Amino acid sequence: MKITLNNKEETFDKNELTIRELLELSNFSYKLLIVKVNGKLVRKEAYNNTVVKDGDDVTVLHLVTGG
Amino acid sequence: MTFEEIKSILKNHTVGIAGAGGLGSNCAVALSRVGVGKLIIADFDVVNETNLNRQYFFKDQLGEKKVSALKNNIKRINPETEIIIHDLKLNENNLVNIYKDCDIIVEAFDLAEMKQMIIETCMSKLPDKPLITGLGIAGWGKSNEIRIRQSENLYICGDEVSETSTQNPPLAPRVGIAANMQANTVLEILLNKTQG
Repeated sequence: MKITLNNKEETFDKNELTIRELLELSNFSYKLLIVKVNGKLVRKEAYNNTVVKDGDDVTVLHLVTGG
Repeated sequence: MTFEEIKSILKNHTVGIAGAGGLGSNCAVALSRVGVGKLIIADFDVVNETNLNRQYFFKDQLGEKKVSALKNNIKRINPETEIIIHDLKLNENNLVNIYKDCDIIVEAFDLAEMKQMIIETCMSKLPDKPLITGLGIAGWGKSNEIRIRQSENLYICGDEVSETSTQNPPLAPRVGIAANMQANTVLEILLNKTQG
């Protein structure tokens, strides 16, 4: 499948991935993240049962301390 | 647009600033200087010696509440700015009430957990309001890596990776770049909206 991840097109071997799998494959290793799929927020509790499919638009932010 | 025209637009707008530290104090000052009519600023902290390397406070303000010290400083720069202050710790419940009448919210917290809280709260409870977050501002140099990207109503200013640590503290120049980038994004949204 092809998805848009942080404004870039990315291709994966699988037809679908859970958010958890996608984060592991793409090395988003920070403890605190913001995840959006097609503009909708996906909370941490839903990472295992939210599925990303071909054509989806995914945004992932690392939350880093400092301000 | 002339500065007079810019001011006449900005004076009718309200910007919420969540946090009065490095990002919030500098962003608020910039917005006041250019004539944003009303700022709503919330923070629970007091001015500390370690803040003075980047935050818009003065040595003789140590121990004062940040929100009142910042209000006093802004009043000296531009007394026409209306400033509402809230001396409290923001959370997912009080945040909506405090910022619901703002045109734009600037996220200016220090801790990642608080950044997560406001982004998630705004996305679920205030989805139509632009939120400008500061993410990845610690250290020095690497000016070109501080950038802005937009994801619907969420605007992210920073390099998204530079985290504060004892070996990589937040310092005035880089925090100031991000804070002013946040203020600049506020102008872009408000002035372009009015023009377009």
